[in-house]
Amino acid sequence: MKNPHELIEKNVGLLTVLILIAISFGALVQIMPLMFQQQVLEPVKGLKPYTALQLEGRDIYIREGCVGCHSQMIRPFRAETERYGHYSVAGESVWEHPFLWGSKRTGPDLARVGGRYSDEWHRVHLLNPRNVVPESNMPGFPWLAENTLTGEDTAKKMEVFRGFGVPYTDEDIAGAQDAVKGKTEMQALIAYLQSLGTYLN
Amino acid sequence: MTTFWTIWISVITLGLIIGCFFLLRWALANKTGVPEGESMGHAFDGIEEINNQLPRWWTILFYITIVWGFIYLALYPGLGAYQGLLGWKSSNQGVLSLEESAQARADAKEEGLLVEYDRELDKAADVYDPIFEEYAKVPVEELVNDPEAVKIGQRLFLQNCAQCHGSDARGANVGFPNLTDDDWLYGGSGAKIKETLMLGRRPIMPAWIDAMGEQGIKETVAYVLSLSGREQEPEMTALIDAGKARFMVCAACHGMDGKGNQMLGAPNLTDNVWLYGSTEQSVTDTLTYGRNGVMPSFKKTLGDDKIHVVATYVYSLSH
Repeated sequence: MKNPHELIEKNVGLLTVLILIAISFGALVQIMPLMFQQQVLEPVKGLKPYTALQLEGRDIYIREGCVGCHSQMIRPFRAETERYGHYSVAGESVWEHPFLWGSKRTGPDLARVGGRYSDEWHRVHLLNPRNVVPESNMPGFPWLAENTLTGEDTAKKMEVFRGFGVPYTDEDIAGAQDAVKGKTEMQALIAYLQSLGTYLN
Repeated sequence: MTTFWTIWISVITLGLIIGCFFLLRWALANKTGVPEGESMGHAFDGIEEINNQLPRWWTILFYITIVWGFIYLALYPGLGAYQGLLGWKSSNQGVLSLEESAQARADAKEEGLLVEYDRELDKAADVYDPIFEEYAKVPVEELVNDPEAVKIGQRLFLQNCAQCHGSDARGANVGFPNLTDDDWLYGGSGAKIKETLMLGRRPIMPAWIDAMGEQGIKETVAYVLSLSGREQEPEMTALIDAGKARFMVCAACHGMDGKGNQMLGAPNLTDNVWLYGSTEQSVTDTLTYGRNGVMPSFKKTLGDDKIHVVATYVYSLSH
């Protein structure tokens, strides 16, 4: 063949394979070493796994699409740390599967919202944010106060997380359903929010 | 990062950049068997492909990016554990506690490393710290006359306090106090406001349903509502009198006259300021289920000097 270039240009399958090889170099350098980094595997001192109720709250956070408008990643800029607190560090996310860092801030960052407001504030705010923040454009989530949890899947979820390396004990898993059963989704979500970012001390 | 991964990253990264150079050299040679400037022998919709060289300006740009790639990787930390000639990094990511974070900051300064975030903080501290330090020397009651300080306090208030107390600081009838009315739960002096901001407050109103029963609650509510001089139906008198007898237990915190106690954060019940609403229903709820107020501590978030300025703004709202 006089023109080897033509071979690639006229064989879309070969072109695909070569493109995959080319971009896989990026993954080999950028992603692969990270998986073996002590830095992204070691939890911050005093990090605690989510309790059963917090874990259910996290799933509600995912279900309601909170991550679409709220990030959980304080970047190391003064403009952010003045408002939200110390920037997020890798050790805080080691047990997050998947992480909920987000990439869009229509609302404020929530990485350190835990303890910032009272439970009551969260309740009133989630029912209708304009109850406390008239300028807010966040939607209300009144059904969270009405829906109760059965806790049927909570133990199973914790087992899955244990498979990922989250240190849940057998007692944690055995007591999961009782800890969650009968609680409202509102309680679960608030429990989750109140835990966010509170372990870097 | 271990040596293995440093080598892994360096070999692939540098190898690819060098590879790009040779790919470019290879692609520049004419291997088509067609002289330059002549047709490649096919046309689509009347558009003919001519065998042309890669544009010169594009080729030069490609060489420049290769050179730039090497310079960048020499200056900045891109190759595994190599820190780069500038000693630059964005932040101290590996820290596992606030203590380690402070330590890493001190260490970086000692080693002369260029931590972008720390540098930003130092720069800001040089500019703003002296301002706040000056303000901190003046008592709140005097600083309130400095419009600039009050304005700064307002900015901090909007950022940190407005979520509960409202951007107009008038609070909300769900337990977030109005700060503009000079009616204080814990005292309205500069020192007291600062104390509230520094330490936070956890006022607790116990639930009385078990001790009083529904009838007891009804009587007490009637009496409490009468304290603020509301007109009452004549037939309520008996109820109010019964409530007055029950008020003995309330008096422990709210005082015999119901005027409250700022030592305990117990509200004055004789005025027309209501933290949780003034309706019979909400006062009944308060007595039945109790209330748990939460004012968080801002000591960690804002620090002493900024709290001084926020307190000044809050003080200014009612003076």
